Amino acid sequence: MPDSLLNQSRPPVFCPGCSHERVVLALNSALMNMGLAAHQVAIVSDIGCSGLFDTFFNTHALHGLHGRALTYAAGLKLACPDLTVIVTMGDGGLGIGGAHLLSACRRNLDVTLLVLNNFNYGMTGGQFSATTPVDAAVESGFLNRLETPVDVCRLAQAAGAAYTAACSSFQKNLPQEIEQALRFEGFAVLDIRGICPGRYTKKNKLSPKMIEKELAHQPLEQTHHLPINRKEYGRRYREQSALQKPAQPPVSMLPQHPAPSNARWEIMILGDAGQRVQTAGEILCLAGMSAGLRVTQKNDYHITVLRGPSISEIILSPDEIDFTGITKPGVILAIGQAGVNTRQKVFRQLDPQAMIIQTPGVDLPTVSGSIHLADFKDLGIKREDWSLAALMVLARLGTVLHKDMLRSAIQARFKSTALESALALFEKVEILK
Amino acid sequence: MSFCLMDGNEAVAWGAWAAGCRFFAGYPITPATGILNAMLAILPPAGGICLQGEDEIASMGYCLGASVAGMKVMTATSGPGISLCSEQISFAVGSEIPIVIVDVQRLGPSTGSATRGADGDIQFLRWGNSGGLPVFVLAPTDVKDCFELTVEAFNLSEAFRCPVFVASNKEIAMTKESVAIDVRQPRPGRERPAPRPDLPYLPFGVNGDQKVPGFLPIGGRTIVRQTSSTHGPDGYITTNPEEIALVQQRLLEKLQGAPEFFSLYPEKTNAPPDFIILTYGVTSRAARAAVKLLNQEGRNGAVLALKTLWPVPEEIILTQTRHVQQVFVIEMNLGQYINEIQRVLPHKQVHFHGRMDGTLITPLEIMEVVRHAR
Ligand code: SF4
Repeated sequence: MPDSLLNQSRPPVFCPGCSHERVVLALNSALMNMGLAAHQVAIVSDIGCSGLFDTFFNTHALHGLHGRALTYAAGLKLACPDLTVIVTMGDGGLGIGGAHLLSACRRNLDVTLLVLNNFNYGMTGGQFSATTPVDAAVESGFLNRLETPVDVCRLAQAAGAAYTAACSSFQKNLPQEIEQALRFEGFAVLDIRGICPGRYTKKNKLSPKMIEKELAHQPLEQTHHLPINRKEYGRRYREQSALQKPAQPPVSMLPQHPAPSNARWEIMILGDAGQRVQTAGEILCLAGMSAGLRVTQKNDYHITVLRGPSISEIILSPDEIDFTGITKPGVILAIGQAGVNTRQKVFRQLDPQAMIIQTPGVDLPTVSGSIHLADFKDLGIKREDWSLAALMVLARLGTVLHKDMLRSAIQARFKSTALESALALFEKVEILK
Repeated sequence: MSFCLMDGNEAVAWGAWAAGCRFFAGYPITPATGILNAMLAILPPAGGICLQGEDEIASMGYCLGASVAGMKVMTATSGPGISLCSEQISFAVGSEIPIVIVDVQRLGPSTGSATRGADGDIQFLRWGNSGGLPVFVLAPTDVKDCFELTVEAFNLSEAFRCPVFVASNKEIAMTKESVAIDVRQPRPGRERPAPRPDLPYLPFGVNGDQKVPGFLPIGGRTIVRQTSSTHGPDGYITTNPEEIALVQQRLLEKLQGAPEFFSLYPEKTNAPPDFIILTYGVTSRAARAAVKLLNQEGRNGAVLALKTLWPVPEEIILTQTRHVQQVFVIEMNLGQYINEIQRVLPHKQVHFHGRMDGTLITPLEIMEVVRHAR
């Protein structure tokens, strides 16, 4: 066991009097006291003076982009649950990576965050940060006077952090403070307040005493709130994962029927949202596949999924399908008005041989194709089943697909009651004149 | 042979699974959400990890953190999200962190149209990192490619320790097709190179003309340093110009080193054609249909559908177009890859046709372009 995890060849290079150095030493004492070996620890650091931290330790190190350290730490910790993962960032990283802090608090992964809070951006010249007091004189002119600083612990608490504590870089028991945070199994946030003589205290008065006084003034529940007993995210993730059912591979189909023709068919199902147009399209594809055909299905619907048109464009072909677009379909299933209205142009270009299955209440533009009326309403078929029922009518016509193909598709796609009711539709459609 | 019915997004997810990807993080965004959905169904029950990040930057950050620990990782997004990822992409390039990034392109600029396709990010993917070092970009033409190229993307990413993009498109990602793939069949591929056991470990150290440094994971017995700062072989920040230049040069050369290994394109037709339609992505399919029809009319054309877009497969472009006078570049944007083709073929007649309005370029349209060219 070495007597230090500090990097012997890279001693700290902070400005004289910078409180960051005290935190480096305190972190080392804490890690030593916990008996951790170098390879059991990873320091993930941010940009700014606090971003130098990882180089001063002889441990695993991951130095990344400004404000994003918590994201790397999370991926690393989930990949290596036994690794002690420590994130260091300044008040700068806290601000720019705000969304990541909130997420980390809500998630409660076993990572310790040390915020090296010195109330300004040291490295870039002393501009104001998310924690700069309103009355401080900084390099950002009057701008900091217009914005309210955040309190790190209260912010983290509001986001659900299970462990937060505020402390001073100068307090004697800093190693113990850090060790306690490290030992907490969950996300622990330490707001470590310090002094930046290189920038901040050139124009502002701030002493260890003042930091101490300020901390003493804050109510205890703000600076040290009692750790909440919440199970650690990684454990919960693994527990929940073990309960999930294995993923089902995509539906597959063996060629098992002769195809009704050698032709390539382009079919459009034009319906309204809620008419299960996409599902019918999928079933038509599976039906084609059951006859050894190649298929493609392109869908079109509004982002407001419960309103507007729902369109499915299907190609069935004995050969490989190159272009997947359809401009001149051989078959149109006109199920709903919104879909028909969206594809008005298509009707104008139809060939005279085109087949159209028209359902009640759907108005068509004048067209040259042959129209088959299918009064599903009369048969008591529900609107959401019209797409599937129209496929059954198409199967009865026999040119594009036949009943056996459709039956195989339905059996591959549906299970139990959904399967029974889909198959029952066949009987109803049979009665249709 | 049994066929399965799936869309390009599902195919990417299963391809990743087959290649050994066990960590995914993404932020929901149309038209890439299907990949997140599929990974969430596939990974956790199998002991892998799938996260929904608070944004795209975080999603990629989670992946990079898991990748430095040795996991095969992937994220997926679309134009608005890939724009946010830019700084993380630079990190992955500069720090040689393997990751597969799927960009399911949608119509831009900006938030554009969520449910309309385009190939508008092709130059962005190449140049969207600060420093401008090269990256791999693969472009699938159909659902089968989505599976196969994702597997390839992992091979390249691991072997070269770098980010690899799969430049998908809404028109492939959300279109279902019958494909003859057994998605459950593992497709073990190339791994990250191991360091030499006889030398002390340097995270970015190379020997001789080695281009890809040996990898050890953070969290293992050997201490590993990873950094986004300009670094030397030891992973410490450096300002030494010679040391910096060596690393930059190596990052450049490592991706240009083995074109025959990474230049993917389909085998071409037999007889030397009179003209070639050079394209990529979903547009290749319209081009194939157009050439079939044109050849039935007595023309003699061929399609060169590039599946590796970056680094530009210059050798292949030169060889395949050797005997033709006319090259037609067709793109689902207003002209991006054409710049590369004009650069590679300065003495050929290179025609361009592009459209970016949310609809597919049609075979008829391409036929017109060829017919009217002079
Ligand atoms: S600029 Fe401030 S924070 Fe940075 S090293 Fe100097 S004193 Fe420390």
